Amino acid sequence: MNKKLTNALSSLPLNLVIIGISLIWLLPSVGLLISSFRPENAVLSSGWWTIFQHPFDFTQYTLENYADVITAQGMGRAFLNSLYITIPSTIIPIMVAAFAAYAFAWMEFPGRQVLFMIVVGLLVVPLQMTLIPILRVYNRLGLAGTFIGIWLAHTGYGLPFAVYLLRNFFGGLPKDLFESAFLDGASQLVAFFRLALPLSVPALASLSIFQFLWVWNDLLVALIYLGGTERVAPLTLKLSSLVNSLGQNWHLLTAAAFVSMALPLVVFFSLQRYFVRGILAGSVKG
Amino acid sequence: MKQRSVLPWLYVGPALLILAFFLVYPALNTLYLSLFDKRSENFVGLDNYVWALTSKDMLTAFKNNILWLVLFTALTVSLGLVMAVLLDRVRYEAVAKSIIFLPMAISFVGAGVIWKFMYAFRPANVAQIGLLNAIVRNFTSLDPIGWLVNRTTNNLALIVVGVWIWTGFCMVILSAAYKGIPRELIEAARVDGANEWQVFWRITLPMMKPTIAVVATTMVINVLKVFDIVYVMTNGAFGTEVIANRMYKEMFHYRSFGRASAIAVILLLAIIPVMLVNIRRFREQEAVR
Repeated sequence: MNKKLTNALSSLPLNLVIIGISLIWLLPSVGLLISSFRPENAVLSSGWWTIFQHPFDFTQYTLENYADVITAQGMGRAFLNSLYITIPSTIIPIMVAAFAAYAFAWMEFPGRQVLFMIVVGLLVVPLQMTLIPILRVYNRLGLAGTFIGIWLAHTGYGLPFAVYLLRNFFGGLPKDLFESAFLDGASQLVAFFRLALPLSVPALASLSIFQFLWVWNDLLVALIYLGGTERVAPLTLKLSSLVNSLGQNWHLLTAAAFVSMALPLVVFFSLQRYFVRGILAGSVKG
Repeated sequence: MKQRSVLPWLYVGPALLILAFFLVYPALNTLYLSLFDKRSENFVGLDNYVWALTSKDMLTAFKNNILWLVLFTALTVSLGLVMAVLLDRVRYEAVAKSIIFLPMAISFVGAGVIWKFMYAFRPANVAQIGLLNAIVRNFTSLDPIGWLVNRTTNNLALIVVGVWIWTGFCMVILSAAYKGIPRELIEAARVDGANEWQVFWRITLPMMKPTIAVVATTMVINVLKVFDIVYVMTNGAFGTEVIANRMYKEMFHYRSFGRASAIAVILLLAIIPVMLVNIRRFREQEAVR
């Protein structure tokens, strides 16, 4: 008993530090969430933490802020746009990358190493290097402000990482497996669809989550290629323009911000394992 | 399995074409445009670069990016490391990790709104609705602080947002590396009488050096490209400009494609050393495989 007590006491500072840091990390989001459910006059006249004086008084909460931002402020439309942008922008690059990564891992062709090194090099090219020329081409072709334009752009920007990650994963699969498949007369296409892809489901899952979150949360690419076109603006673009137009209307801004975060949070909590695995594969190995 | 056919090119072809169009061609084109004037009509030599390296606005941006580089990298990596090591000793590790990792799922724009609200500033005679100013008012005798306006605090305030987002990323990677250190090694040192402090500095830290280097380079790349946070929270006002935001302004507000291109090239030049290190590390890893 006495030993237990000394143990607990000696680990007290450790626990205090950890709990303290966790609280600091959590508080900003909690403040946002609470404020988004408080009526306008309450948000503007008292701090969100004052609700803890009587947290179960449900009359102090409201859904009106959400109703307002989703309809009147256009966050509902922006949510659909985000989905419409993100889903193809996740599927297309991963499909294209999977074929390329398979060839880099299991096929022989001249320039294989050099080309893959170029892909690794392209991993860190700042997007800023590409914006002006591509926007000019888009303007000429009428692709600026269109969904197709932004799908293609995200495909281009997502490819280096996708090819790199999948090439490493495919390359790590057992060699005998492929050799015996080829001996049995399997074609490359069969080996790709029947061996490489099914065995790489975890890697494909990680990559999809990554690309999904990256596109969903992207501001720069949407800002440049969709510009001020309200009709096609995704959540990030809409939210950043609300920051300017709503100013100090915190009851609306907090609700709008939460609308933009809702889906990523669901993805994060349900698929955190794959997300973490993707991060580890992407940076420790590389 | 020698393939002397067109088949491999059918597999890599689409990816190579897209990469060529979206990354290689525009990068070369930007390099070319950076030598021309605003509308890309007249050749101006290195004028845009001279402007980029000497104008007052750009110097502010460089100064701020360096401040970001030092503080952001140091804070994310060290906090991530500390949390990775400390969390390994408690039972609620998974929960605490999720909390610190959570901001990674949120957009920078969303994080910008969250923190703008944290920093909210109101006159001294009314109730504060921003948590930080409420703390200032309740626990000190100071007046409320305009965190994002005040020139001594605003850059720090922005860097804090970056640290809040990225520490979880560093922690996850460093934690995996920490758990990879053989337990016997640490136990042996403890048996030999080393205290926790010595174990950390003499064993843990040296063993984790390669991973720390990887994480730190990733953070350096992030810092050079930092844009969203600044764009949403201050848009570079009150001396908070950064290189990437400046490029956006030159491109869209001033329509000066020459200058914007020169800024992009400077960003790339800053990143090239990192790129070379990446390629070399990949080669070494391939040699092992």
